[in-house]
Amino acid sequence: MSGILIENLNVWFGEGHERVDAVKRASFEVPEGGSFGLVGESGSGKSTILRALTGMVPSWNGRMEILGKELGAKRDRSFYRKVQMVFQDPYASLHPRHSVDRVLSETLQLHGFGDIDRRVSKLLEDVGLGPEFRFRYPHQVSGGQRQRVAIARALASEPSILLLDEPTSALDVSVQAEILNLLTDLRRERNLTYLMVTHDLAVVSHVCTEIAVMQLGEIVELLNVDDMRNLRASHPYTSHLLRSSLGRRSESTEAESVSTEAG
Amino acid sequence: MSNLLDVENLWVRFPTRSGIFEAVRGISFSLARERLGIVGESGSGKSVTGRAILRLIRPPGMVAADRIDLEGKDILRIPELKMRDVRGQGISMIMQDPKFSLNPVMRVGDQISEAYLLHADTSKAQARTKTIEMLVAVSIRDPERVYNMYPHEVSGGMGQRIMIAMMMIPGPKILIADEPTSALDVSVRMQVLEIMDRLVRERGMGLIFISHDLNLVSTFCDRVLIMYGGKIVETCKADRLHEARHPYTKGLLNSLPRLDAPRDRLDVLTRDPAWRDQPSVSGML
Repeated sequence: MSGILIENLNVWFGEGHERVDAVKRASFEVPEGGSFGLVGESGSGKSTILRALTGMVPSWNGRMEILGKELGAKRDRSFYRKVQMVFQDPYASLHPRHSVDRVLSETLQLHGFGDIDRRVSKLLEDVGLGPEFRFRYPHQVSGGQRQRVAIARALASEPSILLLDEPTSALDVSVQAEILNLLTDLRRERNLTYLMVTHDLAVVSHVCTEIAVMQLGEIVELLNVDDMRNLRASHPYTSHLLRSSLGRRSESTEAESVSTEAG
Repeated sequence: MSNLLDVENLWVRFPTRSGIFEAVRGISFSLARERLGIVGESGSGKSVTGRAILRLIRPPGMVAADRIDLEGKDILRIPELKMRDVRGQGISMIMQDPKFSLNPVMRVGDQISEAYLLHADTSKAQARTKTIEMLVAVSIRDPERVYNMYPHEVSGGMGQRIMIAMMMIPGPKILIADEPTSALDVSVRMQVLEIMDRLVRERGMGLIFISHDLNLVSTFCDRVLIMYGGKIVETCKADRLHEARHPYTKGLLNSLPRLDAPRDRLDVLTRDPAWRDQPSVSGML
Protein backbone atom coordinates (compact mmCIF):
# COMPACT_ATOMS: atom_id res chain seq x y z
CA MET A 1 0.00 0.00 0.00
CA SER A 2 1.26 3.44 -0.78
CA GLY A 3 1.47 6.09 1.89
CA ILE A 4 0.65 8.97 -0.38
CA LEU A 5 -0.54 8.70 -3.96
CA ILE A 6 -1.08 11.73 -6.14
CA GLU A 7 -2.30 11.39 -9.69
CA ASN A 8 -2.86 14.19 -12.18
CA LEU A 9 -3.37 16.75 -9.48
CA ASN A 10 -4.32 20.23 -10.67
CA VAL A 11 -4.68 23.15 -8.30
CA TRP A 12 -5.73 26.61 -9.36
CA PHE A 13 -6.58 29.89 -7.72
CA GLY A 14 -9.04 32.46 -9.04
CA GLU A 15 -11.43 32.22 -11.96
CA GLY A 16 -11.57 33.51 -15.53
CA HIS A 17 -8.71 35.70 -16.61
CA GLU A 18 -7.41 35.83 -13.04
CA ARG A 19 -6.97 32.09 -12.88
CA VAL A 20 -3.52 30.94 -11.87
CA ASP A 21 -2.61 27.30 -12.27
CA ALA A 22 -0.45 26.63 -9.24
CA VAL A 23 -0.03 22.88 -9.78
CA LYS A 24 -0.38 21.20 -13.15
CA ARG A 25 -0.81 17.45 -13.67
CA ALA A 26 1.38 16.46 -10.74
CA SER A 27 1.74 12.72 -10.11
CA PHE A 28 3.91 10.88 -7.63
CA GLU A 29 3.74 8.11 -5.10
CA VAL A 30 5.34 7.77 -1.69
CA PRO A 31 5.49 4.23 -0.32
CA GLU A 32 4.48 3.69 3.28
CA GLY A 33 7.51 4.46 5.44
CA GLY A 34 9.20 6.27 2.56
CA SER A 35 10.48 9.81 2.45
CA PHE A 36 9.84 11.99 -0.52
CA GLY A 37 11.10 15.50 -1.21
CA LEU A 38 9.60 18.27 -3.29
CA VAL A 39 12.13 20.87 -4.39
CA GLY A 40 11.84 23.98 -6.49
CA GLU A 41 11.94 27.72 -6.13
CA SER A 42 9.29 29.91 -4.49
CA GLY A 43 6.09 29.86 -6.48
CA SER A 44 6.78 26.52 -8.11
CA GLY A 45 3.78 24.94 -6.38
CA LYS A 46 5.52 22.67 -3.91
CA SER A 47 3.82 24.00 -0.80
CA THR A 48 0.49 24.11 -2.65
CA ILE A 49 0.62 20.32 -2.99
CA LEU A 50 0.89 20.03 0.80
CA ARG A 51 -1.99 22.45 1.21
CA ALA A 52 -4.10 20.48 -1.26
CA LEU A 53 -3.39 17.27 0.64
CA THR A 54 -4.48 18.77 3.94
CA GLY A 55 -7.63 20.23 2.41
CA MET A 56 -6.60 23.85 2.63
CA VAL A 57 -7.26 24.74 -1.02
CA PRO A 58 -10.82 24.64 -2.34
CA SER A 59 -10.18 24.29 -6.07
CA TRP A 60 -8.45 21.16 -7.25
CA ASN A 61 -9.08 18.08 -9.31
CA GLY A 62 -7.26 14.82 -9.88
CA ARG A 63 -6.76 11.98 -7.45
CA MET A 64 -5.18 12.01 -4.01
CA GLU A 65 -4.93 8.96 -1.79
CA ILE A 66 -3.66 8.61 1.76
CA LEU A 67 -2.90 5.05 2.91
CA GLY A 68 -5.08 3.65 0.14
CA LYS A 69 -8.04 5.86 0.95
CA GLU A 70 -9.15 8.39 -1.63
CA LEU A 71 -9.55 11.96 -0.45
CA GLY A 72 -12.68 13.92 -1.25
CA ALA A 73 -13.58 17.55 -0.79
CA LYS A 74 -13.70 17.33 3.02
CA ARG A 75 -11.29 15.76 5.46
CA ASP A 76 -12.62 13.94 8.50
CA ARG A 77 -11.06 13.75 11.93
CA SER A 78 -9.40 10.42 11.23
CA PHE A 79 -7.48 12.08 8.40
CA TYR A 80 -5.93 14.62 10.73
CA ARG A 81 -5.06 11.84 13.10
CA LYS A 82 -3.06 10.11 10.39
CA VAL A 83 -1.59 13.15 8.68
CA GLN A 84 0.16 15.98 10.49
CA MET A 85 2.20 18.93 9.36
CA VAL A 86 5.31 20.73 10.64
CA PHE A 87 5.57 24.30 9.46
CA GLN A 88 8.51 26.40 8.37
CA ASP A 89 8.67 29.04 11.01
CA PRO A 90 8.40 27.90 14.62
CA TYR A 91 8.20 31.56 15.63
CA ALA A 92 4.90 31.86 13.77
CA SER A 93 3.35 28.43 14.22
CA LEU A 94 3.18 28.34 18.03
CA HIS A 95 0.68 30.42 19.95
CA PRO A 96 2.73 33.04 21.82
CA ARG A 97 0.48 32.99 24.90
CA HIS A 98 0.06 29.24 25.22
CA SER A 99 2.61 27.32 27.23
CA VAL A 100 4.20 24.20 25.78
CA ASP A 101 2.00 22.16 28.11
CA ARG A 102 -1.15 23.81 26.81
CA VAL A 103 -0.13 23.46 23.15
CA LEU A 104 0.37 19.73 23.58
CA SER A 105 -2.51 18.91 25.94
CA GLU A 106 -5.01 20.84 23.83
CA THR A 107 -3.93 18.89 20.76
CA LEU A 108 -4.23 15.61 22.65
CA GLN A 109 -7.68 16.56 23.90
CA LEU A 110 -8.85 17.43 20.40
CA HIS A 111 -7.80 14.02 19.20
CA GLY A 112 -9.69 12.42 22.07
CA PHE A 113 -6.83 10.94 24.02
CA GLY A 114 -6.98 10.23 27.71
CA ASP A 115 -4.09 10.09 30.13
CA ILE A 116 -2.93 13.47 28.88
CA ASP A 117 -0.45 14.21 31.62
CA ARG A 118 1.64 11.13 30.91
CA ARG A 119 1.39 11.61 27.15
CA VAL A 120 2.64 15.20 27.32
CA SER A 121 5.78 14.20 29.19
CA LYS A 122 6.30 11.29 26.80
CA LEU A 123 5.99 13.60 23.78
CA LEU A 124 8.52 16.03 25.21
CA GLU A 125 10.88 13.17 25.92
CA ASP A 126 10.45 11.83 22.38
CA VAL A 127 11.58 15.10 20.83
CA GLY A 128 14.49 15.48 23.23
CA LEU A 129 13.12 18.20 25.50
CA GLY A 130 13.47 17.84 29.24
CA PRO A 131 10.55 18.17 31.66
CA GLU A 132 11.73 21.68 32.53
CA PHE A 133 10.37 22.89 29.18
CA ARG A 134 6.82 21.82 29.89
CA PHE A 135 5.55 25.01 31.43
CA ARG A 136 7.52 27.47 29.37
CA TYR A 137 6.11 29.86 26.81
CA PRO A 138 7.43 29.97 23.23
CA HIS A 139 9.43 33.15 23.85
CA GLN A 140 11.30 31.38 26.65
CA VAL A 141 12.79 28.73 24.39
CA SER A 142 15.19 28.92 21.43
CA GLY A 143 14.29 28.49 17.76
CA GLY A 144 15.41 24.88 17.64
CA GLN A 145 13.50 24.03 20.81
CA ARG A 146 10.39 25.66 19.37
CA GLN A 147 10.65 23.50 16.31
CA ARG A 148 10.93 20.49 18.62
CA VAL A 149 7.69 21.58 20.30
CA ALA A 150 6.05 21.91 16.87
CA ILE A 151 7.24 18.40 16.02
CA ALA A 152 5.91 17.09 19.34
CA ARG A 153 2.55 18.67 18.56
CA ALA A 154 2.53 16.97 15.16
CA LEU A 155 3.37 13.63 16.80
CA ALA A 156 0.62 13.99 19.43
CA SER A 157 -2.04 12.26 17.34
CA GLU A 158 0.36 9.39 16.58
CA PRO A 159 0.23 10.03 12.84
CA SER A 160 1.72 7.81 10.19
CA ILE A 161 2.41 10.63 7.73
CA LEU A 162 4.26 13.87 8.43
CA LEU A 163 4.16 16.74 5.99
CA LEU A 164 7.26 18.89 6.47
CA ASP A 165 7.15 22.36 5.01
CA GLU A 166 10.74 23.71 5.06
CA PRO A 167 11.16 22.56 8.66
CA THR A 168 14.69 23.90 9.10
CA SER A 169 14.99 26.93 6.86
CA ALA A 170 14.43 29.37 9.74
CA LEU A 171 17.13 27.76 11.88
CA ASP A 172 20.90 28.07 12.23
CA VAL A 173 22.99 25.33 10.64
CA SER A 174 24.02 23.69 13.91
CA VAL A 175 20.40 23.64 15.08
CA GLN A 176 19.32 22.43 11.67
CA ALA A 177 21.57 19.40 12.15
CA GLU A 178 19.84 18.58 15.47
CA ILE A 179 16.36 18.81 13.95
CA LEU A 180 17.32 16.77 10.88
CA ASN A 181 18.78 14.06 13.13
CA LEU A 182 15.61 14.08 15.21
CA LEU A 183 13.46 13.70 12.09
CA THR A 184 15.64 10.84 10.84
CA ASP A 185 15.39 9.04 14.20
CA LEU A 186 11.64 9.52 14.51
CA ARG A 187 11.05 8.12 11.05
CA ARG A 188 13.13 5.08 11.81
CA GLU A 189 11.50 4.43 15.20
CA ARG A 190 7.91 4.94 14.13
CA ASN A 191 8.04 3.97 10.47
CA LEU A 192 6.70 7.39 9.51
CA THR A 193 6.12 8.51 5.93
CA TYR A 194 7.63 11.92 5.14
CA LEU A 195 6.68 14.36 2.45
CA MET A 196 9.12 17.23 2.69
CA VAL A 197 9.11 20.55 0.89
CA THR A 198 12.38 22.45 0.74
CA HIS A 199 14.56 24.52 -1.50
CA ASP A 200 17.76 23.19 0.03
CA LEU A 201 19.01 20.27 -2.02
CA ALA A 202 21.57 19.22 0.57
CA VAL A 203 18.82 18.94 3.20
CA VAL A 204 16.51 17.02 0.90
CA SER A 205 19.30 14.61 -0.04
CA HIS A 206 19.93 13.98 3.64
CA VAL A 207 16.32 13.24 4.58
CA CYS A 208 14.68 11.88 1.43
CA THR A 209 15.27 8.98 -0.90
CA GLU A 210 13.09 10.15 -3.79
CA ILE A 211 12.87 13.70 -5.05
CA ALA A 212 10.55 15.56 -7.39
CA VAL A 213 11.80 18.78 -8.92
CA MET A 214 9.10 21.35 -9.58
CA GLN A 215 9.12 24.37 -11.82
CA LEU A 216 6.17 26.63 -12.62
CA GLY A 217 3.65 24.22 -11.17
CA GLU A 218 4.87 21.14 -12.98
CA ILE A 219 6.98 18.25 -11.82
CA VAL A 220 9.79 18.39 -14.33
CA GLU A 221 11.81 15.50 -13.02
CA LEU A 222 11.62 12.61 -10.57
CA LEU A 223 14.91 11.25 -9.38
CA ASN A 224 16.34 9.27 -6.51
CA VAL A 225 18.98 10.40 -4.12
CA ASP A 226 21.84 8.56 -5.84
CA ASP A 227 21.08 10.24 -9.13
CA MET A 228 21.08 13.52 -7.34
CA ARG A 229 24.36 12.97 -5.55
CA ASN A 230 26.03 11.92 -8.77
CA LEU A 231 24.48 14.88 -10.59
CA ARG A 232 22.68 12.58 -13.01
CA ALA A 233 19.84 14.90 -13.96
CA SER A 234 18.16 14.86 -17.33
CA HIS A 235 16.19 18.09 -17.09
CA PRO A 236 18.24 21.30 -17.54
CA TYR A 237 16.45 22.99 -14.63
CA THR A 238 17.45 20.18 -12.27
CA SER A 239 21.09 20.38 -13.36
CA HIS A 240 20.96 24.12 -12.85
CA LEU A 241 19.63 23.65 -9.31
CA LEU A 242 22.23 21.02 -8.51
CA ARG A 243 25.06 23.18 -9.81
CA SER A 244 23.91 26.23 -7.91
CA SER A 245 23.57 24.33 -4.66
CA LEU A 246 27.11 23.00 -4.99
CA GLY A 247 28.23 26.52 -5.76
CA ARG A 248 31.64 27.23 -7.15
CA ARG A 249 32.93 24.48 -4.96
CA SER A 250 31.97 21.82 -7.50
CA GLU A 251 35.29 21.90 -9.36
CA SER A 252 37.42 21.78 -6.24
CA THR A 253 35.38 19.01 -4.60
CA GLU A 254 35.72 16.95 -7.74
CA ALA A 255 39.47 17.40 -7.59
CA GLU A 256 39.37 16.54 -3.89
CA SER A 257 37.47 13.29 -4.36
CA VAL A 258 39.84 12.24 -7.15
CA SER A 259 42.85 12.84 -4.94
CA THR A 260 41.37 10.88 -2.03
CA GLU A 261 40.66 7.98 -4.33
CA ALA A 262 44.26 8.08 -5.54
CA GLY A 263 45.53 8.24 -1.95
CA MET B 1 48.10 53.25 5.20
CA SER B 2 47.10 50.70 2.61
CA ASN B 3 44.15 49.21 4.45
CA LEU B 4 40.70 50.43 3.51
CA LEU B 5 39.34 49.89 6.96
CA ASP B 6 40.82 49.31 10.39
CA VAL B 7 38.68 48.45 13.35
CA GLU B 8 40.32 48.13 16.74
CA ASN B 9 38.74 46.88 19.94
CA LEU B 10 35.11 47.33 18.91
CA TRP B 11 32.46 46.88 21.58
CA VAL B 12 28.70 47.11 21.08
CA ARG B 13 26.44 47.05 24.12
CA PHE B 14 22.68 47.14 24.54
CA PRO B 15 21.08 47.88 27.90
CA THR B 16 18.33 45.40 28.76
CA ARG B 17 16.12 44.88 31.76
CA SER B 18 18.50 42.25 33.05
CA GLY B 19 21.66 44.32 32.69
CA ILE B 20 23.90 45.29 29.80
CA PHE B 21 24.06 42.85 26.91
CA GLU B 22 27.39 42.81 25.11
CA ALA B 23 26.72 41.97 21.47
CA VAL B 24 30.27 42.57 20.25
CA ARG B 25 33.11 42.16 22.71
CA GLY B 26 36.35 43.82 21.69
CA ILE B 27 37.03 42.66 18.16
CA SER B 28 39.76 43.99 15.88
CA PHE B 29 40.10 43.47 12.18
CA SER B 30 41.13 45.26 9.03
CA LEU B 31 40.03 45.17 5.44
CA ALA B 32 42.30 45.63 2.45
CA ARG B 33 41.11 45.52 -1.15
CA GLU B 34 39.80 42.05 -0.58
CA ARG B 35 36.68 40.11 0.14
CA LEU B 36 36.36 39.47 3.84
CA GLY B 37 33.73 37.09 5.15
CA ILE B 38 32.25 37.30 8.65
CA VAL B 39 30.54 34.07 9.62
CA GLY B 40 28.61 33.09 12.69
CA GLU B 41 25.23 31.97 13.95
CA SER B 42 22.33 34.16 14.96
CA GLY B 43 23.36 36.27 17.90
CA SER B 44 27.10 35.98 17.28
CA GLY B 45 27.38 39.71 16.65
CA LYS B 46 28.17 39.64 12.95
CA SER B 47 25.38 41.92 11.73
CA VAL B 48 25.84 44.29 14.65
CA THR B 49 29.50 44.60 13.64
CA GLY B 50 28.48 45.64 10.12
CA ARG B 51 26.02 48.19 11.43
CA ALA B 52 28.45 49.56 14.00
CA ILE B 53 30.99 50.36 11.27
CA LEU B 54 28.38 52.51 9.52
CA ARG B 55 27.29 53.94 12.87
CA LEU B 56 23.79 52.62 12.38
CA ILE B 57 23.41 51.41 15.98
CA ARG B 58 20.71 53.62 17.45
CA PRO B 59 20.60 54.60 21.10
CA PRO B 60 20.21 53.09 23.63
CA GLY B 61 22.73 50.83 21.90
CA MET B 62 26.30 51.91 22.62
CA VAL B 63 29.31 51.58 20.37
CA ALA B 64 32.84 51.95 21.66
CA ALA B 65 36.13 51.32 19.91
CA ASP B 66 39.75 52.38 20.08
CA ARG B 67 39.45 53.35 16.45
CA ILE B 68 37.43 52.79 13.29
CA ASP B 69 39.49 54.22 10.43
CA LEU B 70 38.38 54.47 6.84
CA GLU B 71 41.56 54.84 4.75
CA GLY B 72 43.36 56.15 7.79
CA LYS B 73 40.69 58.71 8.64
CA ASP B 74 38.76 58.30 11.85
CA ILE B 75 35.01 57.85 11.28
CA LEU B 76 34.13 56.99 14.85
CA ARG B 77 34.16 60.53 16.15
CA ILE B 78 33.14 62.67 13.18
CA PRO B 79 29.81 64.54 13.40
CA GLU B 80 26.65 62.84 12.17
CA LEU B 81 26.34 65.22 9.19
CA LYS B 82 29.81 64.28 7.93
CA MET B 83 28.90 60.64 8.45
CA ARG B 84 26.29 61.04 5.72
CA ASP B 85 29.07 61.52 3.19
CA VAL B 86 30.75 58.38 4.41
CA ARG B 87 27.57 56.35 4.00
CA GLY B 88 27.21 55.76 0.30
CA GLN B 89 30.46 57.22 -0.97
CA GLY B 90 32.75 55.64 1.59
CA ILE B 91 30.92 52.56 2.76
CA SER B 92 27.58 51.24 1.62
CA MET B 93 25.53 48.32 2.83
CA ILE B 94 23.23 45.76 1.27
CA MET B 95 20.68 44.32 3.67
CA GLN B 96 19.10 40.92 3.76
CA ASP B 97 15.68 41.42 2.25
CA PRO B 98 15.08 43.87 -0.63
CA LYS B 99 11.38 43.87 0.25
CA PHE B 100 12.12 45.81 3.41
CA SER B 101 14.95 48.00 2.20
CA LEU B 102 13.39 49.55 -0.90
CA ASN B 103 10.88 52.39 -0.62
CA PRO B 104 7.56 50.80 -1.62
CA VAL B 105 5.99 53.99 -3.02
CA MET B 106 8.87 55.18 -5.19
CA ARG B 107 9.89 53.91 -8.62
CA VAL B 108 13.06 51.87 -8.36
CA GLY B 109 14.84 53.99 -10.95
CA ASP B 110 14.13 57.16 -9.01
CA GLN B 111 15.47 55.53 -5.85
CA ILE B 112 18.73 54.65 -7.55
CA SER B 113 19.04 58.13 -9.11
CA GLU B 114 18.42 59.69 -5.73
CA ALA B 115 21.37 57.79 -4.31
CA TYR B 116 23.52 59.19 -7.11
CA LEU B 117 22.18 62.76 -6.94
CA LEU B 118 22.89 62.95 -3.21
CA HIS B 119 26.57 62.36 -3.75
CA ALA B 120 27.30 63.74 -7.23
CA ASP B 121 26.73 67.22 -8.54
CA THR B 122 24.82 66.43 -11.73
CA SER B 123 21.53 66.93 -13.49
CA LYS B 124 18.55 64.61 -13.18
CA ALA B 125 18.88 63.58 -16.82
CA GLN B 126 22.47 62.55 -16.27
CA ALA B 127 21.53 60.65 -13.14
CA ARG B 128 18.95 58.79 -15.18
CA THR B 129 21.50 57.79 -17.81
CA LYS B 130 23.87 56.68 -15.08
CA THR B 131 21.10 54.67 -13.40
CA ILE B 132 20.25 52.88 -16.63
CA GLU B 133 23.95 52.03 -17.06
CA MET B 134 24.02 50.70 -13.53
CA LEU B 135 20.93 48.56 -14.10
CA VAL B 136 22.66 47.09 -17.14
CA ALA B 137 25.74 46.43 -15.01
CA VAL B 138 23.66 44.31 -12.62
CA SER B 139 22.40 42.26 -15.58
CA ILE B 140 18.90 43.67 -15.83
CA ARG B 141 17.87 43.03 -19.39
CA ASP B 142 15.21 45.69 -19.87
CA PRO B 143 16.53 48.64 -17.81
CA GLU B 144 14.19 51.28 -19.25
CA ARG B 145 11.16 49.29 -18.21
CA VAL B 146 12.56 48.31 -14.82
CA TYR B 147 13.41 51.95 -14.11
CA ASN B 148 9.72 52.77 -13.99
CA MET B 149 8.64 49.80 -11.88
CA TYR B 150 7.68 49.82 -8.22
CA PRO B 151 9.38 47.47 -5.75
CA HIS B 152 6.32 45.20 -5.46
CA GLU B 153 6.48 44.55 -9.20
CA VAL B 154 9.96 43.05 -9.15
CA SER B 155 11.03 39.61 -7.97
CA GLY B 156 13.30 39.02 -4.97
CA GLY B 157 16.37 38.37 -7.11
CA MET B 158 15.76 41.46 -9.19
CA GLY B 159 15.07 43.51 -6.06
CA GLN B 160 18.43 42.51 -4.65
CA ARG B 161 20.16 43.42 -7.93
CA ILE B 162 18.44 46.81 -7.74
CA MET B 163 19.80 47.20 -4.20
CA ILE B 164 23.28 46.37 -5.47
CA ALA B 165 22.89 48.98 -8.23
CA MET B 166 21.76 51.56 -5.68
CA MET B 167 24.65 50.82 -3.33
CA MET B 168 27.25 50.83 -6.11
CA ILE B 169 26.18 54.01 -7.87
CA PRO B 170 27.80 56.51 -5.47
CA GLY B 171 31.08 54.63 -6.01
CA PRO B 172 31.82 53.44 -2.47
CA LYS B 173 35.18 52.02 -1.48
CA ILE B 174 33.71 49.38 0.79
CA LEU B 175 30.57 47.35 0.40
CA ILE B 176 29.07 45.60 3.42
CA ALA B 177 26.71 42.84 2.36
CA ASP B 178 24.64 41.53 5.28
CA GLU B 179 23.20 38.16 4.29
CA PRO B 180 22.49 39.49 0.80
CA THR B 181 21.10 36.22 -0.52
CA SER B 182 19.40 34.46 2.37
CA ALA B 183 15.98 35.75 1.30
CA LEU B 184 16.53 34.49 -2.25
CA ASP B 185 15.94 31.18 -3.97
CA VAL B 186 18.91 28.89 -4.55
CA SER B 187 18.64 29.26 -8.30
CA VAL B 188 19.04 33.06 -8.31
CA ARG B 189 21.40 33.19 -5.33
CA MET B 190 24.49 32.38 -7.36
CA GLN B 191 23.61 34.89 -10.05
CA VAL B 192 23.21 37.73 -7.55
CA LEU B 193 26.47 36.81 -5.82
CA GLU B 194 28.37 36.65 -9.07
CA ILE B 195 27.13 40.10 -10.07
CA MET B 196 28.16 41.51 -6.71
CA ASP B 197 31.51 39.77 -6.87
CA ARG B 198 32.25 41.00 -10.39
CA LEU B 199 31.42 44.65 -9.57
CA VAL B 200 33.49 44.58 -6.39
CA ARG B 201 36.51 43.21 -8.24
CA GLU B 202 36.18 45.48 -11.30
CA ARG B 203 36.07 48.54 -9.10
CA GLY B 204 38.83 47.46 -6.75
CA MET B 205 36.57 47.73 -3.73
CA GLY B 206 36.67 46.01 -0.39
CA LEU B 207 33.81 43.67 0.48
CA ILE B 208 32.61 42.59 3.90
CA PHE B 209 30.35 39.63 3.38
CA ILE B 210 28.28 38.74 6.44
CA SER B 211 26.66 35.33 6.34
CA HIS B 212 25.81 32.25 8.34
CA ASP B 213 26.62 30.02 5.38
CA LEU B 214 30.19 28.80 5.75
CA ASN B 215 30.42 27.16 2.37
CA LEU B 216 29.08 30.16 0.56
CA VAL B 217 31.54 32.43 2.32
CA SER B 218 34.45 30.15 1.58
CA THR B 219 33.70 30.26 -2.14
CA PHE B 220 33.16 34.01 -2.35
CA CYS B 221 35.77 35.44 -0.01
CA ASP B 222 39.53 35.68 0.37
CA ARG B 223 39.63 35.71 4.16
CA VAL B 224 37.12 34.64 6.79
CA LEU B 225 36.51 35.76 10.38
CA ILE B 226 34.48 33.32 12.46
CA MET B 227 32.49 34.95 15.24
CA TYR B 228 31.02 33.37 18.33
CA GLY B 229 29.51 35.12 21.32
CA GLY B 230 30.59 38.57 20.13
CA LYS B 231 34.22 37.60 19.64
CA ILE B 232 36.32 36.45 16.72
CA VAL B 233 37.25 32.87 17.53
CA GLU B 234 39.26 32.17 14.40
CA THR B 235 40.48 33.78 11.21
CA CYS B 236 41.67 31.93 8.16
CA LYS B 237 42.15 32.04 4.43
CA ALA B 238 38.86 31.14 2.80
CA ASP B 239 40.31 28.28 0.79
CA ARG B 240 41.84 26.86 3.97
CA LEU B 241 38.55 26.83 5.82
CA HIS B 242 38.40 23.03 5.95
CA GLU B 243 41.73 23.10 7.81
CA ALA B 244 40.16 25.25 10.53
CA ARG B 245 41.31 24.32 14.01
CA HIS B 246 38.79 25.89 16.36
CA PRO B 247 36.19 23.33 17.51
CA TYR B 248 33.39 25.79 16.82
CA THR B 249 34.38 26.25 13.17
CA LYS B 250 34.85 22.52 12.75
CA GLY B 251 31.51 21.87 14.40
CA LEU B 252 29.74 24.28 12.08
CA LEU B 253 31.34 22.70 9.03
CA ASN B 254 30.41 19.18 10.10
CA SER B 255 26.84 20.03 10.95
CA LEU B 256 26.02 20.84 7.33
CA PRO B 257 24.38 18.15 5.25
CA ARG B 258 26.24 17.77 1.99
CA LEU B 259 24.95 16.80 -1.38
CA ASP B 260 28.22 15.23 -2.40
CA ALA B 261 29.06 13.47 0.86
CA PRO B 262 26.18 11.50 2.38
CA ARG B 263 26.23 10.75 6.09
CA ASP B 264 23.86 8.81 8.23
CA ARG B 265 23.85 11.30 11.07
CA LEU B 266 24.88 14.90 11.14
CA ASP B 267 27.32 16.01 13.78
CA VAL B 268 25.75 18.12 16.44
CA LEU B 269 27.70 21.06 17.71
CA THR B 270 28.38 20.97 21.42
CA ARG B 271 29.14 24.42 22.70
CA ASP B 272 31.88 24.77 25.24
CA PRO B 273 31.18 27.67 27.64
CA ALA B 274 34.92 28.35 27.70
CA TRP B 275 34.78 29.62 24.10
CA ARG B 276 32.96 32.71 25.28
CA ASP B 277 35.77 33.63 27.64
CA GLN B 278 38.70 33.09 25.33
CA PRO B 279 40.27 36.31 24.08
CA SER B 280 39.19 37.51 20.67
CA VAL B 281 41.53 36.64 17.80
CA SER B 282 42.76 39.65 15.87
CA GLY B 283 41.73 39.93 12.24
CA MET B 284 44.17 42.77 11.58
CA LEU B 285 46.46 42.64 8.60
